[in-house]
Amino acid sequence: MSDLVLNGSSTGRHIVYVLRSNPVTALAATGTLLLVLIAILAPVLAPYDPVASNVPQALQPPSWSHLAGTDQLGRDILSRIIWAARLDLVIAVSAVSLSFVTGAVIGGFCGYRGGRLDRWVGRFVDVLMAFPLFVLAMAMVAALGNRVENIVIATAVINLPFYIRFARAEVNVRRNAGWVEAARACGDSHLSVVLRVLLPNVLPAMAVQISLNLGWAILNAAGLSFIGLGVTAPTPEWGIMVAEGARFITTGKWWLVAMPGLALMLTVLCFNLLGDGLRDILDPRMRT
Amino acid sequence: MTQDLLRVENLQVTFSTRHGTVTALHGIDIALKAGETLGIVGESGSGKSVTSLAVMRLLDRAGRITGGRVTFEGRDITHAGHADLRRLRGSALSMIFQNPRAALNPIRTVEQQIVDVLAAHGKLSRANARTQALDLLRAVLIRDPEARLSAYPHELSGGMCQRVMIAMAIACEPVLLIADEPTTGLDVTTQQTVMELLARIQAERGMAMILITHDLGLAARWCDRIAVMEAGRVVEQGETVALFEAPAHPYTKRLVAASPTRASTLADLAPPDLARDAPPVVAAPRERKPGTPPLLELVHVVKSFGGPTRAVDDVSFQIPRGGSLGLVGESGSGKSTLSRLICRLIDPDDGDIVFDGESIARTPAREFHLSPRRRDIQIVFQDPNDSLNPRYTAFDSIAHPLRRLEGLRDGPALQTRVREAARRAGLPMDLLERFPHQLSGGQKARVGIARAVAPRPRLLILDEPTAALDVSVQAVILQLLDRLRREDGIGLLFVSHDLNVVRMLCDDLVVLQAGKVVETGPSQSIFQRPQAAYTRMLLDAVPYFDPQRTELLKTA
Repeated sequence: MSDLVLNGSSTGRHIVYVLRSNPVTALAATGTLLLVLIAILAPVLAPYDPVASNVPQALQPPSWSHLAGTDQLGRDILSRIIWAARLDLVIAVSAVSLSFVTGAVIGGFCGYRGGRLDRWVGRFVDVLMAFPLFVLAMAMVAALGNRVENIVIATAVINLPFYIRFARAEVNVRRNAGWVEAARACGDSHLSVVLRVLLPNVLPAMAVQISLNLGWAILNAAGLSFIGLGVTAPTPEWGIMVAEGARFITTGKWWLVAMPGLALMLTVLCFNLLGDGLRDILDPRMRT
Repeated sequence: MTQDLLRVENLQVTFSTRHGTVTALHGIDIALKAGETLGIVGESGSGKSVTSLAVMRLLDRAGRITGGRVTFEGRDITHAGHADLRRLRGSALSMIFQNPRAALNPIRTVEQQIVDVLAAHGKLSRANARTQALDLLRAVLIRDPEARLSAYPHELSGGMCQRVMIAMAIACEPVLLIADEPTTGLDVTTQQTVMELLARIQAERGMAMILITHDLGLAARWCDRIAVMEAGRVVEQGETVALFEAPAHPYTKRLVAASPTRASTLADLAPPDLARDAPPVVAAPRERKPGTPPLLELVHVVKSFGGPTRAVDDVSFQIPRGGSLGLVGESGSGKSTLSRLICRLIDPDDGDIVFDGESIARTPAREFHLSPRRRDIQIVFQDPNDSLNPRYTAFDSIAHPLRRLEGLRDGPALQTRVREAARRAGLPMDLLERFPHQLSGGQKARVGIARAVAPRPRLLILDEPTAALDVSVQAVILQLLDRLRREDGIGLLFVSHDLNVVRMLCDDLVVLQAGKVVETGPSQSIFQRPQAAYTRMLLDAVPYFDPQRTELLKTA
């Protein structure tokens, strides 16, 4: 697709236009960018070792030396939040990409081919969606083993039905368009019509879903960790941090829960707000 | 002097867009008396539809009336409030649109929709709502009106949908009906009946009508007066016959020249500059050497889609090398199915398709993209708006077959080929970087043609390539196709419902009805002496551009 002879400056101008005309998107984009930078630069940014305990300093409220306070083992909460951004983003991004890629391809073929394949996949998706999805994810992680990869897989699987349905519906309405037939006359096989012609056209609409889904995926990973599945104890992860901190909330040690919770909330908010802007950026029709 | 029913004075409309405000109407003046028919003609983008929407005050939020006045029945409605407008619309002013199917609510029955209109204007007596709806359907001459009441729009044909729209538009007995391209997209025969119906209703009810159309033939036949619009201005206005007999404005002259009459040839339609470039009309050397197979031969081709009737039923014909064949029929006659069969996008159930002596029906359509014949047979699709990938620039669209079929990579070779194809299709090079939504209909049609000729095919299938285009663009595209045939010896299969266009471009003609060949032969002779009744009916329905209205006088 990158065989566009489009000059880079036009794309750049378009992105600037979208961001400028939509300040909320600009804010969300900045937030997301910041988050990614924090995740990448975690070793540089984190003031303390995230796993080194320092019991004399335990349960300190936020202060100048520990901006977000310390936890029950005296670990610096800010450093842990920064390191956790890394893990949580990796989990969310890989889970969402996994479900997006498989879901788009499966849904794309179903929508294009129709017929028996479409009906079978459709029923399978219905069955999958009939489960309480979080419980399904719990069961999968419990069965596959308490590892980060399995959180990714479980999160990907429970998001899959949405992508299949979405891609199927979007491809289905376009499959009889003149430009799809034209692509075949131009020498595309059915396979390449779906992958190289139809799916790129569906991408802008799916961008919204992807962006919302990143937020859910993070919440889902945090949720699994919170109930003790997936990421285990010393590793910094927002869900575990909330889970561990929850014990101390009754004694007024609010920062143990509030700080990672805040990070979680802001991240999810950024992703959710990014969606519409992402669609506008990806859709060439918005460039007038 | 009788008072004008509608008077539009110095009306100006602007649209605010991303790149500042654009003026759509630069102060237009139109007047209409009760019972009169005014035709507004002009090409796309000339502001015809904006005018009607401004009169109805239906402009979308970006559009604003920035000057002038609209007076209806002596009342200034330029700044009338929403409540007043709602009362006016439907009851006094009414409108029908192009693409009636899209204008009807798909999940409500015909009866419900008609009753809605009546109820909205308090013209409904609950007791006999059904009778009222039925009377309206009878007024628009729908066959079997009782059954149609409970039908949903998707169960009706395009012509019937337009009749239902008309029924809704006249439900509250408006004094002015605005018809925006009411017959565009309908079959010629349906076009004629819909227009006859509108004229009849208009005469019966003394209703005034504004007919917006790009088809001069239609305007000439049905309107008392004509206003010609170009780029947001009325450039000429007058009595129909006088105006078309002696057009004064250069734009009107150009439009008149581009509208095919009963006798025009391709050369007649030429804008002067293009005619000069065109080489003298010399028939390509098409006398066949004995023993050379025809370019394309269809042998008893059959295709059905599982229904009780066959979409294509035992069709056989030939196209000689460098020849041109017109495939004519109404929608549902199987002509589009046939063009897809020949282009090998779908498989025939039976029969054979022979290209240059080689049977190509044996390779399944699924694998045909691997066949060396793929690049020899290319197709130009009907609707230019729908046939270009929205994510591709014009360059990418034209490069698509070259990349796929010839394996060309980005580089000077690809650039050269794309530019060559664009040049042959008459597409300006600076448009190559644009996306489809940034191109006009005519430009998109050229991209479609450039894409089809890029791999240097030997047979070009044209599926109603000009149906959605303005007359002047149509004239240019037809000449372009003719030149491709003469200069490059490309064989043409021209699929159309417009017999007149086919006559000008094609040597031979195949008339299809319900999947069967009704008549075949040289197009001139079919045109002069049609044998089948169906062909005669198609011929009679063609709306010629006939300013003297000889046709009308004959029937009157």
